[in-house]
Amino acid sequence: MNTQAFEPRIVAFCCHYCAYASADLAGSMRIQYPPNVLIIRTPCTGRLETEYFMKAFENGADGVLVAGCMEGGCHFIEGNLCARKRVNYIRDMLEEVGLEKERLRMVNVSAAMARPLADIIFDMVETVRKLGPSPIKSQGTLQQECLS
Amino acid sequence: MIVAQRKNIPDLLSIVEKHKTVLVLGCGTCVTVCLSGGQREVSIIASALRMAARLNDLPLTIDELTIERQCDNVFLEQASDAIKKVDAVLSLGCGAGVQALAERFADKPVYAGLDTAFIGILEERGIWTEKCAACGSCVLHLYGGICPVTRCAKHMLNGPCSGSREDRCEVDPDRPCAWQLIYKRLKDIGQLDRLKEIRSPKNWKPSLSGGLRTIVREDHRV
Repeated sequence: MNTQAFEPRIVAFCCHYCAYASADLAGSMRIQYPPNVLIIRTPCTGRLETEYFMKAFENGADGVLVAGCMEGGCHFIEGNLCARKRVNYIRDMLEEVGLEKERLRMVNVSAAMARPLADIIFDMVETVRKLGPSPIKSQGTLQQECLS
Repeated sequence: MIVAQRKNIPDLLSIVEKHKTVLVLGCGTCVTVCLSGGQREVSIIASALRMAARLNDLPLTIDELTIERQCDNVFLEQASDAIKKVDAVLSLGCGAGVQALAERFADKPVYAGLDTAFIGILEERGIWTEKCAACGSCVLHLYGGICPVTRCAKHMLNGPCSGSREDRCEVDPDRPCAWQLIYKRLKDIGQLDRLKEIRSPKNWKPSLSGGLRTIVREDHRV
């Protein structure tokens, strides 16, 4: 497999109150992060239903990053804690399906953590790059273009 | 409600892998409430099956549908058109729903996607516990509303066994002794004298050990 040519496509679900704001801050601070991530703003990571992660992989994502507030700092009290449990449930299900669970990751950041968020994205991209393209996508029957 | 849990994805795939098109059919009643076979679970399991099929090079097309109720012929009609289009149905209903489907659509393979577990309640978020064994001859009125048939591991009807420790069951220390609960409940409602009466061994004929059970209400028949 030629991993040099492979550029992972990662869907990043970012909470409006923290990760999305810190991605915004990263832009203001001119901190670079890889263009491999497609950021989707959510009102809270607790809004994310388990099927969203499955649909992302089914539609060709190589990795999915869920970025919520620091534990104890959720704007909606415990949305990020709910999200972590859902992420863990789907990580187990991905293994049942035959995908590496490392392709799905949940992280906690605050709105001021622009640099750590950029580092997290770098790390996620490298993790997925090592894993290679999603085998779901390489079977190539579904809407690969949705992430183009 | 009836409580069930999903089979794992490799098992589900092996059940449907012989077919080309499969409908994952959810049920909007009990299994929706116990988070195992409702619209959301249909969506997740259908996605998982599509991905697993692609990884295993199986030419499998998965459709999704959730109807109000699978254990009733009137509601099954809602799924009729969708079922006609597929080779097989993977039902995320309880055992009753699966069998109702199989009877209504006699020429179509119908498979169970869930393991139906028990009649129970939501104890707390994410935890369901068994409360009724459907023994066919309810004794709850004698025991303060706490069922020794279901909740005592030994189905004791005349007081606890000698194995309980404090208020815990000897079969599973995480489980409270049903007889401790019965005693406390009867004491709280002032009916401890009920325990003085010796109950004869339970007649299990109305339960499953008597074979398939049927209830007929002549006043409702046409």
